[in-house]
Amino acid sequence: MSISEVFEKARAEGRAVSVGCMPAGFPTVEGSIAAMIAMAEAGIDVIEVELPYSDPVMDGPVIQRASEIALAGGVRTKDTLRAIEAVARTGVPVVLMTYWNPIERYGVDAFARDFAAAGGAGLVTPDLIPDEAQEWLAASDAHQLDRTFLVSPSSTDERLAMTVAHCRGFVYATAVMGVTGARETTSTAAPALVARVRAVSDIPVGVGLGVRDGAQAAEVGSFADGVIVGSALVRCVLDAPDEAAGLASLRALSADLARGVRAVKR
Amino acid sequence: MNASAAGLLPDVSGHFGRYGGRFVPEALIAALDQLDAAYRHAMADEAFQAEFGRLLRDYAGVPSMLYRADRFSAAAGARIFLKREDLNHTGAHKVRNVLGQALLTKRMGKTRVIAETGAGQHGVATATAAALFDLECVVYMGEVDTERQALNVARMQMLGATVIPVKTGSRTLKDAINEALRDWVSSVDSTHYLLGTAAGPHPFPGMVRDFVRGIGVEARQQCLDQTGALPDAVAACVGGGSNAIGIFHAFVGDESVRLYGFEGGGEGVTTDRHSARFSGGSPGVLHGARTYVLQDEDGQTVESYSISAGLDYPSVGPEHAWLHETGRARYLPVTDAEAMDAFQLLCRTEGIIPAIESAHGLGGALAIAPALAEELGREPTIIVNLSGRGDKDVETAGSYFGILGK
Repeated sequence: MSISEVFEKARAEGRAVSVGCMPAGFPTVEGSIAAMIAMAEAGIDVIEVELPYSDPVMDGPVIQRASEIALAGGVRTKDTLRAIEAVARTGVPVVLMTYWNPIERYGVDAFARDFAAAGGAGLVTPDLIPDEAQEWLAASDAHQLDRTFLVSPSSTDERLAMTVAHCRGFVYATAVMGVTGARETTSTAAPALVARVRAVSDIPVGVGLGVRDGAQAAEVGSFADGVIVGSALVRCVLDAPDEAAGLASLRALSADLARGVRAVKR
Repeated sequence: MNASAAGLLPDVSGHFGRYGGRFVPEALIAALDQLDAAYRHAMADEAFQAEFGRLLRDYAGVPSMLYRADRFSAAAGARIFLKREDLNHTGAHKVRNVLGQALLTKRMGKTRVIAETGAGQHGVATATAAALFDLECVVYMGEVDTERQALNVARMQMLGATVIPVKTGSRTLKDAINEALRDWVSSVDSTHYLLGTAAGPHPFPGMVRDFVRGIGVEARQQCLDQTGALPDAVAACVGGGSNAIGIFHAFVGDESVRLYGFEGGGEGVTTDRHSARFSGGSPGVLHGARTYVLQDEDGQTVESYSISAGLDYPSVGPEHAWLHETGRARYLPVTDAEAMDAFQLLCRTEGIIPAIESAHGLGGALAIAPALAEELGREPTIIVNLSGRGDKDVETAGSYFGILGK
């Protein structure tokens, strides 16, 4: 199922889509594959793999730590592609969140080709804006991949419209001015930002940065098409005494998030 | 090539050829646009220019002198002039940039500045300007650097700044920049990121260059006044690259003047312990711009090394990548040992203790002098940017030379 189809199906059911993130290679490549499959089995609609990067400027301490662990374990870009392939094989749509330099280093078109061959649906690019994305626009068209750029509460109307116009699949609305990490309360800026996207496009809008449980997922799902959760899921694995406990905790939170997005009829 | 000299680069979107640009989260674009507009408006505003000029002159001690270092020259086999940025207030060229950006911060109505620092020089300069302009100041500094530059940490605290040791990644300058960027994404309404070098996303590279380009403008005129001719070469150390671009820029259009940037060669570029982006790196994207980066096959940043904290940085300003690619400037590594030899030579011949960063420029000048003399068939004239003084490095140099116990 493509990303667009997932959002269409959820819209038909009158609910939001849950998007769950996990860095590849954290705590190991096999462990991350098991974690992502567990998330999908527990009801997460879309898996967002994060490619571990040495300088993740958009990420807060939890994902930074997980990325450091993955890199210290020797994870390579080809391992991330292998993880994507393993997770995509189960039928769940997979997107990749990645900082730009590893893609540029791999070769933009080559990466798009190999990512598409692995069954990946599209990329979320936190430090690539459409203004700098000529190569990626061409490669994603050539290999029929979705493109998710970010919009922010600080984006001007003009930039927001331009950014949304370059997205395919869904647009990522950053709910808060800040880095990734679970927060006590969800953002007050998010509904307004989603409304601004809706004013210029009917593309699905995913909201991320700060959601940590089913209740918050329900709250965000009442106005957004997608609820993106990262740090809270990563923390399940980070804080667990062993892999089995981590998977159990991950399944429980995933199920809670899946219930959350279904709790509110839109 | 003279596009750079004519001030035509960066282009309107912040590119120097294929380098530069903006590779940052969308959340920062509005702040970068605001900064770009404020800076362009300020550069065209006579009142701003007058105030900036007054501060440089009366507060920072600019223009710095151009000093003919005769005894050092005798050892070098070249006529060496030192651009004495070490004599500026705060002891380095960086005061020029922080005064310019602090004025802009006020102009934008922001009340807080954040900065990254490696050696501590930029942190001290930022804390200084923040005290002068009554701005709240937070400085991010890699934990490793806080240990090797403890005196500068104390200076910043005396000046009223909060110093936050960064414990992630390699715990050095690159991680301090990451942390400053994270802060900025969260605080952009009230805060200006007072970036310390001519790197990062547009408009920083061109803007910082413009705030420090007086170094080269002054040196060029001083050299003409003192010798009746332009120098044969201009040399500077290159960490992020602000002192180098500051002295290079006025000479870019003078085709007879060779431009040399000297990078931290550490223990040698054939080892994995160096900071030589142009010898051991490749084009990539880091800290908001496309430039030269020390990276592995997967595009992960490789940790840099240099005896000098200020050169210990895996990336470099994008205009240097452009000058390298076009061949207008040459970038060569200078090892720890070569830099420390030059450091000691300057101490003993001229009674000047340079920053270890600047000692790389001196070591590079010593290295290129014989070939340059041979090429020209006469004694070459080389201006070295003495970008900072060595007070902060006494402990590092003392333990290197065995004067101080570790």
